[in-house]
Amino acid sequence: MRYLHWERITSILLILPSAIAIAIFVYGFIGFTGFVSLTKWNKLFPDFSLAGLRNYQGLLANPRFQIDMRNMVVFTVLFLLTSLAIGFLLAVLLDQHVKGENIFRSIFLFPMAISFIVTGIAWRWLLNPGSVEMGSTGVNLLFEKVGLNFLKTGWYTDPKIGIKAVAIAAVWQMSGYVMAMYLAGLRGIPEELREAARVDGANELQILYHVIVPLLRPITLGAVIVLGHIALKIYDLVVAMTGPGIGFSTDVPAYFMWDTTFQANRFAQGASIATILLVMVGILIVPYLTYSLRREAEV
Amino acid sequence: MTAKMRSLREGLRVRGGSRLLIYAFLIAFAALYLMPVYVLVVTGMKSFAEVSLYRMWDLPSGLHLDSFKKAWFGGFGFEGISSNFLNSIYLTIPATIVSAMLGSINGYVLSKWKFRGSDLLFTLLLFGMFIPYQSILIPLVQVLYKMGIYGTIPGLIFVHVVYGIPICTLIFRNYYATVPTELIEAAKIDGATIFGIYFRVLFPLSLPGFVVVMIWQFTSIWNDFLFAVTIAQNPNIQPLTVGLNNLAGSYIVEWNVQMAGALMAALPTLLVYIFLGRYFMRGLLAGSLKG
Repeated sequence: MRYLHWERITSILLILPSAIAIAIFVYGFIGFTGFVSLTKWNKLFPDFSLAGLRNYQGLLANPRFQIDMRNMVVFTVLFLLTSLAIGFLLAVLLDQHVKGENIFRSIFLFPMAISFIVTGIAWRWLLNPGSVEMGSTGVNLLFEKVGLNFLKTGWYTDPKIGIKAVAIAAVWQMSGYVMAMYLAGLRGIPEELREAARVDGANELQILYHVIVPLLRPITLGAVIVLGHIALKIYDLVVAMTGPGIGFSTDVPAYFMWDTTFQANRFAQGASIATILLVMVGILIVPYLTYSLRREAEV
Repeated sequence: MTAKMRSLREGLRVRGGSRLLIYAFLIAFAALYLMPVYVLVVTGMKSFAEVSLYRMWDLPSGLHLDSFKKAWFGGFGFEGISSNFLNSIYLTIPATIVSAMLGSINGYVLSKWKFRGSDLLFTLLLFGMFIPYQSILIPLVQVLYKMGIYGTIPGLIFVHVVYGIPICTLIFRNYYATVPTELIEAAKIDGATIFGIYFRVLFPLSLPGFVVVMIWQFTSIWNDFLFAVTIAQNPNIQPLTVGLNNLAGSYIVEWNVQMAGALMAALPTLLVYIFLGRYFMRGLLAGSLKG
């Protein structure tokens, strides 16, 4: 009982409002959404009679949802791999005592400060292919000017490319973030390790591959988690840049969710998509959260 | 020995022609990253007579501000973004300040007044940072409606404060963890209370933490679209991202006006980034759980 003096109580009281808010607005709401996904509420006025898993079965059989899931996988893989590759390359280059490092770093990172809506608008026009009759526009026009005609494509207007064009804009926005993370990691690697490898006869590329890459693995993991959950949730960029596209070629589950819930009033279907999204993000995040907090507790 | 000392931070050893290659690569990438900005600025500055998609990359003949004026004040058949801009300011500033204060208190308790289960509580809070907000939107709309703040700016402020709790708590907790516990213990021996320690010891040291959290919240609230478009259906209270998206989605608005609007919408967060970039970085890295 002696531990329970008033300051202990005060400290708990101080954090209580936030704890209650999160308990209701995160966990309670997630629970309610999960419940709605099991009901027949697919019109404006709530109908809480149970439908079992019928909404989920309907989704899995829904062509739009199938395309969305495929788009999401393509987008996530492309966005992750390209951002990691470019971010790593830029970080390694910037770590070579480059003159003007600050300027380069700022240029690579500034897109992070901009909203996906602005990014979407800019890239909608950049990747607007133009037309055969009127001529090329945007990036295609640039290719034409420098004689790289074979690179011209329909970008997001071509259903075969679709979501991949959206990934280009996302990489532009987020790869600088990966660069910043890797650069911080590279700066934390002691020079002695590189020196020891050199003494052992390793060349610079071998050092990069056998010493530096393994040491940066925790950062790679962190970047995969952060970029991965952004990719699964991507919504704003699609809204501003393309919309669902021809034959849903640029549609994603998050877009379908908003559309079906708040435009078509199919609340139960929207709740099912939201729950599927949440489970996917959870699979990505929960192991990482428990892992990094356990590691922190050990330190 | 001195040579070794000098080589302490040299990265990989790349010299001669390869160094030129490094600069060539960096400059090429820099050009690539600046390309959208170039188009935004150049297009915004062109006069209506010289705006053509097919001359998108050409420089303007002079500085014309017509597109900016039209994007800001509106034109025939469409609204400008000036009122949205104000709405975003009314929304972002209070939400940022309240978020930072809450985060500071939570971070203080979770780093210096740990109790049984406080680490678990922290983990549970953190999860709220990663959830797809789609999974809370349906009940959120209903609860805000019942609270009488659906479709209002105070409603949006409330939402951003609540869902900002995880990240703000995380940044402050990690920041306060670097404050030596001896300072706290010494203050306790001097008879300071939990509030006394906060106001006399921790708060005066908190400025960098506040700057990081406020930049983070300012940027993410200013740039938020999902909450804004869901909660602010009424045009009178729509924040900037929604107004801009309407502008860009309208077929009667010329594309140069859209570009000018996008540039103005990006300006506040870009300015913050340019002048406070160091703190912006810290917030970013905190977002990946590395304090």
